[in-house]
Amino acid sequence: MTLSTHRRGWLRAGLASVGALVLGACDKITADPKGVAFLQSAEGLTRRAQRLFVDRKALAREFTHADISPDFRPNGSISPADEDYVALKTAGFADYRLVIDGLVEKPLSLSLADLRAQPSRTQITRHDCVEGWSSIAKWTGARLGPLLDQAGLKPTARYIVFHCGDTLEESLDGTGKYYESIDLIDAHHPQTILAYAMNDRVLPVAHGAPLRLRVERQLGYKQAKYIMRIEVVEDYKHLGRGNGGFWEDRGYEWYAGI
Amino acid sequence: MAKSETVLVYRHAAVTRLTHWINVVALTLLLMSGLNIFGAHPALYWGQKAVFAKPWISIGAEMKGDDMVGVTQIGSAKFNTTGVLGYSGKVGHREPVAFPSWATVPSFRDLADSRHWHFFFAWLFVFNGLIYWLVGLIGGHIRKDLLPTRHDVAPRNVWHEVVTHAKLRFPKGEEARRYNVLQKVTYLGVVLILLPLMVLTGLCMSPGFNAATTWLVDFFGGRQSARTIHFLSAFTIVGFVLLHLFMVVASGTWNNIRSMITGRYAIVPDKTGEPT
Repeated sequence: MTLSTHRRGWLRAGLASVGALVLGACDKITADPKGVAFLQSAEGLTRRAQRLFVDRKALAREFTHADISPDFRPNGSISPADEDYVALKTAGFADYRLVIDGLVEKPLSLSLADLRAQPSRTQITRHDCVEGWSSIAKWTGARLGPLLDQAGLKPTARYIVFHCGDTLEESLDGTGKYYESIDLIDAHHPQTILAYAMNDRVLPVAHGAPLRLRVERQLGYKQAKYIMRIEVVEDYKHLGRGNGGFWEDRGYEWYAGI
Repeated sequence: MAKSETVLVYRHAAVTRLTHWINVVALTLLLMSGLNIFGAHPALYWGQKAVFAKPWISIGAEMKGDDMVGVTQIGSAKFNTTGVLGYSGKVGHREPVAFPSWATVPSFRDLADSRHWHFFFAWLFVFNGLIYWLVGLIGGHIRKDLLPTRHDVAPRNVWHEVVTHAKLRFPKGEEARRYNVLQKVTYLGVVLILLPLMVLTGLCMSPGFNAATTWLVDFFGGRQSARTIHFLSAFTIVGFVLLHLFMVVASGTWNNIRSMITGRYAIVPDKTGEPT
């Protein structure tokens, strides 16, 4: 072995062991809740920076028919097996009632026909999944803002929670049921709708039939599918594992701003 | 030439040195967590939306006979990249993962955790870059040390630098006190174009930011294009770092490392006399 290959071998071994040490340290930090909490402190900065620089009333870009994805990918649950949901689906959602309750003056119970008679909006928007892909579709639905106005929010109302009909993860404590939450500004945004149609057809089961949320300007996991009940709350800490949503309970950001 | 004839000159200001090393840490972790994030959907597209059947590049695993193989597809070409891309790990314990575990943070595939790492170091990187720019603009580092002079860009000088670099012959004496034109153009390109491009294409991943600044995502040709450019710029930075490290070694490893730690760089004076 010449001196230079000998040295190269040492160098390679040295670099490899430094690399392994760093990687091991990173994994340790990731496994430690305190380490993750420290890294997640950046998320508060992200949210505040976006609140500061991004106009929250800005409209998400709307596209043309030509832009619609022929291959829009359904994600999460695509055919819920939950008994209640299957029963509703079997009856063609004829018995479906959307319940709006919680911190409201007048709880509502709306059939699909009722929802279709509400002030509506149609928009062709891009859906951005946290995984990195995007698909474009045309959504038609009842605007959430006017619906909440009908129910009348109580002064303590702060968040809108969407309880969904699908269990995405089997768990003993029941925290595997999908749910999501948004704040009042997003709830009253003109593009925030409860969609019952996709690309001019009845919303397919894979995409959340009979009703899904479209809260444009946020990532895909905020767009709750299979909405059964909308609850107005002061805080979401008592729900699920306390982070405001199914994926939020599994380490994703509540404010899905990026 | 005897060692005693070398002269230590003050070459790098404290801010340059500090921001340099913070960048080393931030960019390393951004790259490694970014490769993990990429693993959540290891395919890239052009335009606003994904055409799932036709990514321009994708990394995956598929069955070939009875064996699983890692496959990297670029355009219509397919490559077997088992062991590195698509399917990697120790033989017998290989896993279908885009980039191998030794290249990602965390080492196991986890989108939520890699995002925490990515955004934490993204902020460190942004603040670090802002300090560098601010001090560099006010203090004159960018204008005095990085902006090429008229003499620098003269074709004759550029050609001369290309030739001497190709021969790995580096300037001595007074010439070694300042950056040559190839260094200036490369460093300026990195700090003024490449690194800001990373931040801007990264911001385009935000649907909220897209709504407020539709012109920016349009400038890059759509959100999926921005994701592609984010990925390509990252690998351009990797390429720059490899070249940079090569030049560091070729032009004097310890002298260069010392100058980026203490600021002092040893130069060999010209025959014409001592440097002033």
